[in-house]
Amino acid sequence: MSTATEPVLGFDEALATYDPVMGLEVHVELGTATKMFCGCPTEFGAEPNTQTCPVCLGLPGALPVVNEKAVESAIRIGLALNCSIAPWCRFARKNYFYPDMPKNFQTSQYDEPIAFEGYLDVELDDGSTYRVEIERAHMEEDTGKSLHVGGSTGRIHGATHSLVDYNRAGIPLVEIVTKPMLGAGERAPEVAKAYVATLRDLLKALEVSDVKMEQGSMRCDVNLSLMPKGSAVLGTRTETKNVNSLRSVERAVRYEIGRHAAVLSGGGSITQETRHWHEDTGITTSGRPKSDADDYRYFPEPDLVPVAPAAETVEALRATLPEPPAERRRRLQTTWGYSDLEMRDVMNAGLVELVEETVAAGASPAAARKWWSGEIARRANTEGEDVPTYAERLGVTPAHVVELEGLVTAGRLNDSMARQAWEGVLDGEGTPTAVADARGLELVQDTGALEAAVDAVIAANPDVADKIRDGKVQAVGALIGQVMREMKGQADAGVARTIILERLGQA
Amino acid sequence: MADLTRADVAHLAGLARIDLSDAELDRMVGELGVILEAVATVQQAPIADVEPMSHPMPIVNVTRPDVVRPSLSPQDALAAAPETEQQRFSVPRILDEE
Repeated sequence: MSTATEPVLGFDEALATYDPVMGLEVHVELGTATKMFCGCPTEFGAEPNTQTCPVCLGLPGALPVVNEKAVESAIRIGLALNCSIAPWCRFARKNYFYPDMPKNFQTSQYDEPIAFEGYLDVELDDGSTYRVEIERAHMEEDTGKSLHVGGSTGRIHGATHSLVDYNRAGIPLVEIVTKPMLGAGERAPEVAKAYVATLRDLLKALEVSDVKMEQGSMRCDVNLSLMPKGSAVLGTRTETKNVNSLRSVERAVRYEIGRHAAVLSGGGSITQETRHWHEDTGITTSGRPKSDADDYRYFPEPDLVPVAPAAETVEALRATLPEPPAERRRRLQTTWGYSDLEMRDVMNAGLVELVEETVAAGASPAAARKWWSGEIARRANTEGEDVPTYAERLGVTPAHVVELEGLVTAGRLNDSMARQAWEGVLDGEGTPTAVADARGLELVQDTGALEAAVDAVIAANPDVADKIRDGKVQAVGALIGQVMREMKGQADAGVARTIILERLGQA
Repeated sequence: MADLTRADVAHLAGLARIDLSDAELDRMVGELGVILEAVATVQQAPIADVEPMSHPMPIVNVTRPDVVRPSLSPQDALAAAPETEQQRFSVPRILDEE
C-alpha cells in the first residue's frame, strides 16, 4: 500500500480537458430487528460476539432462512427508486477468503437483483434537477468487524493479527448501484453529494434504515473515471471505498478527478483498483487491485429458495410508499409560504419535521421557523448537535413555541421580551409563561406611562420632531428607539409609533 | 473445457490465500487437471430440454418473520476458535488489504 501523496491537477484545469464519469454504490443497513438469514438481533454497539448463531457464524449444517421484512424493505426501496421488481430472483454466493465473513462467502445477489432499472431525481442548489439512473438494488448481508492489532494506528498496515467480531455479520443490506453518471461536468462533486443526500432522505422517509452514515448504517463507494472531452469511450475507473459522510463524497470525487487528470495528462494510465479514503487528509491511497467478478466465482445459493414476490404483494407494498421527499418539500413550502432560501435553511438545519409539528400544534409557519432557527440553533451548534436532538434533550417542544407566539399576539410580550422568554425556556426555567412571570416580562399596558415617555422624547428631540411634522415619517424610528429605552423595553414598539405619529400630526 | 494452466492455479491460490511453491504449483496443475477432466464428463449430459435448477425443491418464498431468537453465548460462539482475544476471534495477520 502506497501512502505517498500523489500529484493532483487543479480542478478547473482537469475539467477543461476531461469529463468525469461517476458511479455510486451505496450500502444501506436495514433497520430490521433480526439479521438477513437468522434470528440474531442487530443492535448497534453490543458486546462483541453476543449476537451470533450457527447460521451467521457459518457453522457446518446451519441453514439460512430469509427475513421476510428485509425482502419487503428491499422491494419498497426498489419501488421508491422507480425500479422494476423482479418477479423471480435468487441469492448467490460471492466467494472470497477474508476473515470478515466466517463462511468464506457473502450471501448476495448477482445477476438477478430484486430491483433494477430505476432512477432518482436529484435537485441541485440552483433548483435544477439531475436524474440519476439506477442500475440495480440488491439484497445481501453485512460482514463482521475486524480490529487490527499491533499496527500503530489500528489500521491493517503493520498489524500482527486481527480480532473479529461477527455481531454485524449477516445484518441485512441493500446495495444500490447507479449507472454511470455522465454529463455532470464541473458539478460532478455536487451531484454526487446531492444524490447521496437525496437517497438518504428517501430511505429515512421509507423508514427502512436509520441511515446514520457516522455509524456505518449507510456507506458509500465512489467509482470515478475520466474521459477526454468529446470522447464517448469510458476511461479506467477507480473505486474509492467507505466514503462515509456527505462532505466526504464531494471531496473524494473532487480529489479523484484531480488525481486521474494528473496521471492521464502526464501520459500515464489509471490502474483499476480500490482506493482508501482518508477523512483527515482528504486524499485517497492505493488499495488492492480490483477483483474481476469472475474471481468471486458467484453461483446460486443452494441453501435458499428463490424469492418470487407476487404482483399483488408488490402493489400492496407500493401503496405503503410515503410521499416522495421532494414533493413533500414543495408541498410544505407552498403551505408555509416560505421563500426558497427560507425553505432551504429549514431543510439544511433538519427542522422540517419540527416546524411541521409546531405548525400542526397551532403556531404560524413564520413563528415556527423563527424560534427553531434562532438562539436554539446557535446553542445546538455549540453542543455539536442538531436542533431536534438538542430540543428533545432539553425537553423543549412545539407546544413551547405555540405558547410563546400566543404571548406575543396577545400583546403581553414584544419581540425582545419574547426572545428573553425563549432563552429562559432554553435555560430550563420552564414554559414561556412561567419564564415571563418569573422574569417580570410584561409589556406596560398603561398608555399613560407610554404617552409620558413619548412626550419627554419629543421634547428632547425638537429637530427630529419637526422633520416628522414636515412629513419625514421614516425619522420616527429614532424616536421609537428612545421611547423603548425610556420604557426599559417594556413597551410595545408598534403602539409607541402610533402615539408618536399622533402627537406629531401624522396619524 | 480449456486446459488448466499454471497461471490459473497460481491465480486461484492467490484468491484462496494459499502459498504454493513452484513444485506444488506444477503438481497442482496436473492433479486439478485430472479432476476437471473427470468432472467434465457431466457436460456430456443431454440437457437441451432441461431447465437450469439451483434447488431441488420447486418452491419459492420461504421466509421467517422478523422476530429475534436467542443467540449463542459469546463463550459458545468462540468455543471452536483456535485463538480468541478480547471476546473476539483472533485471526492471523491479514495481507495489506482492507
